Formats: sequence, structure tokens, C-alpha cells
Amino acid sequence: MEYIKGGKHHWLMQRITAIVLVPFILWFVISVVSLTKMDYASARDWIGSTSVAITLISLIILSFYHAQLGLQVIVEDYVHTKSARLAILVLMKCALIFVVISAIFAVLKIALGR
Amino acid sequence: MKTHNRPLSPHLQIYKPQLTSVMSICHRATGVALVAGALLLVWWVIAAAVGPEVFDKVQKFLTSWLGILILFIFTCTLMYHLCNGIRHLFWDAGYGFRLEDVYKSGWITLSIAVLLTSITWIFVIILRTTVI
Ligand code: HEM
Repeated sequence: MEYIKGGKHHWLMQRITAIVLVPFILWFVISVVSLTKMDYASARDWIGSTSVAITLISLIILSFYHAQLGLQVIVEDYVHTKSARLAILVLMKCALIFVVISAIFAVLKIALGR
Repeated sequence: MKTHNRPLSPHLQIYKPQLTSVMSICHRATGVALVAGALLLVWWVIAAAVGPEVFDKVQKFLTSWLGILILFIFTCTLMYHLCNGIRHLFWDAGYGFRLEDVYKSGWITLSIAVLLTSITWIFVIILRTTVI
């Protein structure tokens, strides 16, 4: 627990994203289980419908934001060298942002390209 | 914050594993595992955006024995982290700190996680075998 500056905000955002994630995760599990046909066309129909696309993008942003906050705590717990810690945190953040942007682009490509 | 009466520095080699410490480390482990699960979801969505050949390959992997095993483990980790996350939120709100309550909520969390995982996969099995 060394993030004294801004630690409160970090802590709070971890809880807020956790609370908001609950309904999203339940929606996700129920939807995926109910998708009985999972071929290319039906997958695209599902991802591309407006409500699913919006919910899915929200879920992805929320999950990775929550995950980033959590991973940051783990790195801060185990990596004690200041420079190494900074490097890992920056790289990790960049990688996660790249993943999220790619995922959003993919959903939008399906949703808008129909 | 009261700090007495709690074990300090739980060196894993020295302390006997207890429900409380094991569940705590499992929350961290499942959190990390869920990042892999989230990447799996992103991979699947990107494959659907790229085209039918790539998507079919991903789909073939996910419906192989290894893929199904991974999805099953993903469900277990997700349900555990979901339930134990809610347990964490109760602690954050200031409830359930008595040692007996910590154990009780631990068992409840585990039971609900097992229940939710079972319900999910019972539905998967029913829907997959009757509709196709
Ligand atoms: C279903 C909704 C979820 C809830 C209610 C939830 C709840 C929580 C809570 C309360 C914490 C803080 C625990 C602590 O202070 O030690 C946490 C940590 C964490 N969560 Fe989640 N979470 C959820 C979903 C996810 C998902 C989908 C991911 C991954 C993409 C994830 C990854 C993590 C990670 C990496 C940590 C850090 C673990 C640690 O610091 O030990 N969580 N979660």
C-alpha cells in the first residue's frame, strides 16, 4: 500500500468498478450461455446488435479498468525497485489500453459494417 | 484500525493454510486469471471482426476439450471472484469482521460460487445438447 498520493481515488475506483461490474458480468454469462448457435454469422449478429455492442464495449472498458487497478496493486506489492516498478506499470497500462482500443474497434467494425 | 490479534507476515512456508488466507490469495489469483479470460473474450470478438476463417479456428479451439476445460476454469474463477468480490465489498462497508463471520461468509461465498458455476454449466449442457 504505497500509493499514498491518489491512493484514495485508486481504492474508490476499484470498488466502484467492482460494483458496476456485477450486473455486467451476470448479463454476459447469461447471454453467452443462451447463445445456442455460435457460428460466424450468429456471433456477428449478436455482437453487432446495437444494445449488445454498447453493453459489450462497456463491459470491456469496465473489466480492463478494474483489472488495471488490481494489477497495479499487485505490481506495487511485489516489485520494490522504483525504476522497474515504474517501467512495468507504464508498459502494462499501454498494453491494456491497446487491447481495449482493439476490442472496441472490433465491436464497432461488426456493428457499423452491417 | 485494530491491529492486534491478527497474524502478521503470513510466511506461506510457516503458516498452516487456513480458509481465510487461502481465500485471500485466491482472490488475487483469480483476478489475474480473469485478465487472461478477458483477453480470451477480446480475441473472440476480434476474430469475429476479422473474418470467417479466423473465427472458425478460434471457435474450433474453444469447442475442443482443451477449450472447454479453459472455459470451465474461466467460469469457476469468475464466479469465485464475483462472490468473493462482493464479500470484500461488505468488508469495505464495515460488515462481517468478527472471526466467526469471516469463516461463515467464506463458506457461503464458496458455496454460492460452486452453485453458480454448476447452474451455468448445467444450462450449457442442456442448451447445447437439445438445440443442435
Ligand atoms: C464480477 C465482478 C467483479 C467484482 C465484484 C470484483 C471485485 C473485486 C474487488 C472488491 C477487488 C479488490 C480486492 C482487494 O482489495 O484485495 C478486486 C480485485 C481485483 N480484480 Fe476484481 N472483481 C470483479 C471482476 C473482475 C474481472 C472481470 C477482472 C479481470 C478482468 C478482475 C480482476 C481483478 C484483479 C486483477 C484484482 C486485484 C487483486 C488483488 O489486488 O489482489 N476482477 N476485484
